Parts: sequence; C-alpha cells; structure tokens
Amino acid sequence: MFELKNVRVDGILQIEQLTIPENQFTCILGPSGSGKSTLLRLLNDLSSPDEGEIFFKSKPVSYIDPLQLRRKVVMVSQAPVIFGGSIEDNLQIGLSFSGKEAVNAHEMESLLKLFMLDKKLSDEAENLSGGEKQRLSWARAMLLDPEVYLLDEPTSALDEETARTVLTRFYEYAQQNSKTVIMITHSKELAELVAEQTIDMSQYSIESGLS
Amino acid sequence: MDDVMDLSFLQLAAAYIFILILIVIVRVRGIPREKEILLATVRMSLQLVLVGYLLVYLFDNPNPFYTLVIIAIMQVFAIYNVYKRTKHPLGGEMKKHIAYAMGIGILTSLFFFILVVLNVTPWYEPRYFIPIAGMIIGNSMTGVSLGVNNLISGFASHRAEIEGALMLGATPKDAAKKVVNEAFDSAMLPTINSMVGMGIIFLPGMMTGQILSGTSPIVAVEYQIAIMLGIVGSVSLTVILYLQMAYKSFFNERLQLVMKELKK
Repeated sequence: MFELKNVRVDGILQIEQLTIPENQFTCILGPSGSGKSTLLRLLNDLSSPDEGEIFFKSKPVSYIDPLQLRRKVVMVSQAPVIFGGSIEDNLQIGLSFSGKEAVNAHEMESLLKLFMLDKKLSDEAENLSGGEKQRLSWARAMLLDPEVYLLDEPTSALDEETARTVLTRFYEYAQQNSKTVIMITHSKELAELVAEQTIDMSQYSIESGLS
Repeated sequence: MDDVMDLSFLQLAAAYIFILILIVIVRVRGIPREKEILLATVRMSLQLVLVGYLLVYLFDNPNPFYTLVIIAIMQVFAIYNVYKRTKHPLGGEMKKHIAYAMGIGILTSLFFFILVVLNVTPWYEPRYFIPIAGMIIGNSMTGVSLGVNNLISGFASHRAEIEGALMLGATPKDAAKKVVNEAFDSAMLPTINSMVGMGIIFLPGMMTGQILSGTSPIVAVEYQIAIMLGIVGSVSLTVILYLQMAYKSFFNERLQLVMKELKK
C-alpha cells in the first residue's frame, strides 16, 4: 500500500526502505520521540519529507492530489479534535469536509454503540471526557469509510478493558471490509491483539542513534 | 451658515490650558510623561496647521492630479501603519495581501461613494474627496489591522483543529473557515459598535464639525449616515478581500498547514 524510499525528515527520521502492506493491520511501536507521529503525518501528506519519496499504490505521493489522498488515507490524531456543536455535528462534519453525503441518525447511533459511547447525538461534544472525545473522532473517521486508517494512539485515553473491546471490534470491521490500518500504540499487549505486522520505529529514528 | 463663530488666537490659546492641567497632574503624581505630552501637543498643532494650509491651497486649486496624489500618500501611510501595528512579524506575501486588499477595497468604496452616493462634480473636488477618503481609509486601516492580528493568532491557536480537518480530507477553505470568520467578525465589531452608539453615546466627529461650522443638523446627520454606511462598506470589503487572500498563504501547494507567518 505504502512504500518509503530513502525518506529523511531532518532531525527525526531516516528510512532507507519501508513497505506497509495492503489490507493488513500494522502496528507502529517505539519510544516517544522516535518519529511515529511524523511517519503518520507523512503518509497523510500533512507534511512532506526533506528527502526521499513515498509511494501510495506504487504512485509517488507528490504526484497525487493531496485532497484525494487524504480522503482515501484518513488520519486520526492522538489529541482528539472537536469542532464544536453536538456529537451529531462532529460526526457529520467529516462527511461534509470530504464532500460526502450526510448519514442518517440510525447509522450514527449504531456507530456510537460500536465505540461504546453511551451518549445522545444531541449531546454537546465539548462536554465529553478525553476518552470519549477520542472515540468520537475515531468514529468520525470511520463514517468516511476510507481505504486506509492512520490511527495515532487511538486508545491512549481509554481504560484497558474499553481499549481492548473497541479495538477488537474495529479490527473485525477492518478485516471484514478489507481495510488497511496503520496504528501507533505504546501498548505491546494491544499490538499483539490486532497486529498482523509491527514496525519498530527505533530503527528509523535519528534521535535513538540507531540509523 | 453665516453665523459661523471664528475662534480668535486667544480663545484657541485658552484651550491649551487643558494640556497645562494634564502636565500639572502628571508632575504632581510623578508620572514621567511630560515630554511625550508636550511633544504630542506640539506635533498635533503643527501637523494640523500644516494640513490646514495644504487644504486651503488644494481647495483653491482643485486638480485631479493633486487629489490623486493626496489619496495615494494617505493609502501608503495607512498600509505602512498596518504593517507597524501588527503584533506578529509579517512575511512578504502577507504584506502584499494587505496592500492589495487595502488598495482595491478602499478605492472601490471611495469611488462608489464619491461618484454614486454623493455624485460630486467634478469627481476630484478636494473639499469632498479628501476628508471622506481620510475617514474611509482610517477606519479600513483599523479593520484590517484587527483582521491581520486575529487571523494570525487564530491560525496559531486553532492549529490542531485546522490540521484535524485537513487529515479528514477538508479543503484549506473549509479547514480555515472558523478562523477566517472569527477574524472577520472581530475586525467588523468596532465599526458595528460605533454605529450602535452613534447619536446616543457620542456625536461623531464629522457631524459635530459640520454642526459647529453652521450646517443644519439634519444635513449633518444625512452626511453622517451616508459616510457611516460608506465606512461599513469599505471596512467589510477591505477586510474580506484581505482574509480571502491571506488564509491561503498559510497553506503550501501540497495543502499542508505552514506557519511561516508565525516564525518569531
């Protein structure tokens, strides 16, 4: 799905060669500051490498329209982004951003259930807890039905049990719908639960002195 | 119109007693501001006297070239003032957007006001053109200054939200919509507030000046309403033009958020 060749981000990353397979659940592990989030930003084209080339489906990312790429390769940041308004507003805004049609209440409610969010669609999103906001922004990305999910520690604010349940449910959805998932996690346990492939970022990190 | 009361030199000198009072206050309280107060008073007096003589000359010799030169000088000073007033260092591109927006927005509103609303003949009649240009340029300058500051600080404080929208495939326009709208709103607010308070909390300067010089209050009010609407038009046009051009400079050709205007 993705291939990185001689990619360098000054002071952070140096990747000679890295391939991330299609339709698989890939977990990215590594200590803080090893460039995990930087890698996801590169794949979402939110920033560009200082050197090297990234390929998406064998095509250089720099040749792909960034909007079209981001609509296929959706990223969810670690700090959840809330856009103001209700839970429903926050779910629908992703669809409106990517030019897709609005979905009905039933669809949104079943998504909230999947993410163990026992809330009404009309509830103010700003009043949710950190963990709830994290699941809401994850659910918002799921409504977009992208080919690739880039998830930056999507369970960091969840308790262990909720994290396991939500992640297992998401894993099943990804398997059934042949989605490519690239997820950063600090938890080796969670990685073992879902990962079909793991990438240890410390080997690419400039800071760690291993590259 | 014929009962205009001219101020004698002594009467005008008596007004300077207010400055003496201010100087006594700061001296007694030990506030080190005497020099600035004196300098400001001298500058204000000299600048206005010079402008008075300049206007007398221009009014006696109406000439389209003179009028246009005066407008150009006012515009340049206003643009330069916006550059100086912003709290953030401005890049070349941002300065260009400010200059373009102020040029197009102000001139469009000014000529519409002079040619259509007032229907002045000849169009360059300095008695109308210069004071009206002064009011329109001054207010637009304040609006754009607020717009610049709020746009830049909005991008800095809403960075995560803007990138969060981009991650989902939003266009820069959609991603920056909230920041642009808030910047527009805060730039327009002083103008809207001054409309609300006008006539009750204060009498606007132009109207007061006209009434003091013997114009009927009704005529003065008509002019004041017209100029206020002209100011609203110019401020909104200038600010929206600026914002529409400027938000794009926060994104590069890969539609990535780049904060080059925020490097300090």
